[in-house]
Amino acid sequence: MTTDFIHPGFVLIFGALLLPFIMGPLRKPYLMIVPILAFACVLRMQDGIYGVVHFMDWQLTFGRVDNLSQVFGYIMTLMCIIGSMYGLHVKDPKEHMAAWMYVGGSLGVIYCADYITLFIFWELMAFSSVFLVWFRKRKQSLPTGFRYLLVHTAGGLILLAGFVLRYKATGALDFNLLDVDHPTLYTYLIMVGFILNAAVPPFHAWLPDAYGEATVSGAVFMCAFTTKTAVYALARGLAGLDILILLGVIMALYGVVYAVLENDARRLLAYHIISQVGYMVAGVGIGTQMAINGACAHAFAHILYKGLLFMGCGSVLYMTGKSKFSELGGLYKKMPWAFVFTLIGGLSISAFPLFSGFVSKSMIVYAGFEEHLYWAAFLLTLASAGTFLHTGLKVPYFIWFGKNNCSKETWEKAADPPWNMNVAMAVASFLCIFIGSYTPYLYKMLPYQHEAADYALHVYSSYHVSESLQILLFTALGFFLLIKKLTPEPTISIDMDWFYRMGGRGFFWLARKPIQAFDTWFGEVYRTVGLYPLMTTAKFWSWFDWHGIDGVVDGLARTVRSMGTRLRTVQSGRLQYNIYYAVTIVAVLIVAYVFG
Amino acid sequence: MLVKLIDYLRDRLKTVIRLCYVVLGLLVVYDVTFVDKHAAHTVMEHLPGFWSVFGFIACVLIIILSKWYGHVKWFGGNFRIMSPEDYYDN
Repeated sequence: MTTDFIHPGFVLIFGALLLPFIMGPLRKPYLMIVPILAFACVLRMQDGIYGVVHFMDWQLTFGRVDNLSQVFGYIMTLMCIIGSMYGLHVKDPKEHMAAWMYVGGSLGVIYCADYITLFIFWELMAFSSVFLVWFRKRKQSLPTGFRYLLVHTAGGLILLAGFVLRYKATGALDFNLLDVDHPTLYTYLIMVGFILNAAVPPFHAWLPDAYGEATVSGAVFMCAFTTKTAVYALARGLAGLDILILLGVIMALYGVVYAVLENDARRLLAYHIISQVGYMVAGVGIGTQMAINGACAHAFAHILYKGLLFMGCGSVLYMTGKSKFSELGGLYKKMPWAFVFTLIGGLSISAFPLFSGFVSKSMIVYAGFEEHLYWAAFLLTLASAGTFLHTGLKVPYFIWFGKNNCSKETWEKAADPPWNMNVAMAVASFLCIFIGSYTPYLYKMLPYQHEAADYALHVYSSYHVSESLQILLFTALGFFLLIKKLTPEPTISIDMDWFYRMGGRGFFWLARKPIQAFDTWFGEVYRTVGLYPLMTTAKFWSWFDWHGIDGVVDGLARTVRSMGTRLRTVQSGRLQYNIYYAVTIVAVLIVAYVFG
Repeated sequence: MLVKLIDYLRDRLKTVIRLCYVVLGLLVVYDVTFVDKHAAHTVMEHLPGFWSVFGFIACVLIIILSKWYGHVKWFGGNFRIMSPEDYYDN
């Protein structure tokens, strides 16, 4: 790699590997310096192609720097600084390592230019972020993490099948815009791989499941990277694919409906990610330069305000141990600053004038109107009323005002969080307002400058300001008139994960009864045929292999295996493994079929 | 200081609410009289206070339809979207 280009993802990955050796008073400065270095790498990059490596027959490209990758690289490294600041008090280095590896994976996807590199980093994201769920260390964290991993592994394999089929058909592995006017099977397989990470229904249930269960600072990272990396991948590979408009609009509304029902503040925010990413997916589907600008701008703004909201609600969870509305309320006296920061996040996501969402979300809706997609534009506007209803009103009201449902213990524990959390929230709040108030900051970074300059003239027109204020303030009126209907209910909402949570039990039964019966029968037949001599010889060679050869080479493998066994004993069922193996076999078969 | 400000406003809740209604009214008046509607995309957006009505109806629809969706018994049985918290533990 040339000196102009240092991959920010590698800075974070190496930084993470060195982290356990940096101890004592050096730890905290180190936790800040590494993300700042990664951000500096992004700032000094020039457009071009870097880091080209030849591996077997393939050409792998690690560094494609252009307008589209730069806007995502910029915001992701910036969010990594804010997130690391927020988690500065976390003593366990493993949590920081997982978070940085995860961001490194995201940056790897953003800057790569071929599907093999993309796939490697795509998997790195899933396999490192799952630790941010497991480190919560509750009884349900482990199965939740396995479900998360299961879904992402399946999604990764569909993506793999997609680009391998494409390689077979065209001989190309480059990660560029596909022929969206003539989609084929591999186009759709690649699309499914991407939209699973973007949490498009029906492949979305992993998101609230995992993000609601992640650690306090882990959720701040998770809410920013997986879905927005997927939005980048869609914008790069599938811009203009019509079906994405429909899927995006469905997402925007689906997230809103589940957010009304949700009782857990962080799960509500997670459902609202689905709604917000819906705008971006719809923008990518519209595919015009204005719409792609809008999708990028909205991803940029979204990473900051959603991070801020997760920080706000996370600080309540950190201080009180509670995140359910039915166990909180009236906290403004105890946590006033957390309230103010969360409110700023809420106003930003709701697209209030002078806040960041106002200058980003409207660009996508505007692109929809420009293309005469009135149904999409009106439905996205309707969903934005829902956004204010939940995130701008419901979250702050039922945590900091409303009926005080706090137990005595919760009330006593509640206070504004440690200084590092407050600083991180203050920085994110400042940026949310800055982006909304000073449009050139964000608009100058967008991929299509001409369209961005065009839209800059329109965004603060009296019509747009008046339209937004009317929608928002009359939504507020509706909220306060119907507030009784919105009283928190201590329930969970059944979603698509039902199929692999309950359906999995059926699979487990199938595995235990008929298949096991067959296995036992087959075992008996095998023994009676008289293969004892062969088995004895095999046993000797197996012993020699295990103790002689592997003892030297595979000591590490044995350690990993014993760790796996320990994890397994905590698991109630082995369902995940069964499905995991099944999916892996399918993938191997596909590859064998294509290359064979 | 922040807490005092919030308490100050809460003590005068009725006045605050009245003030909010005045703001809503003024907003519609502003929309009807001053706003340049050249940027509107469809004919109905020219109706006075169109987006106010849109916002209010959107909010009410979202609340009522979502709550119906969460509470209604699906498939004629006891299955509801909003289930007890220990649903998956049983």
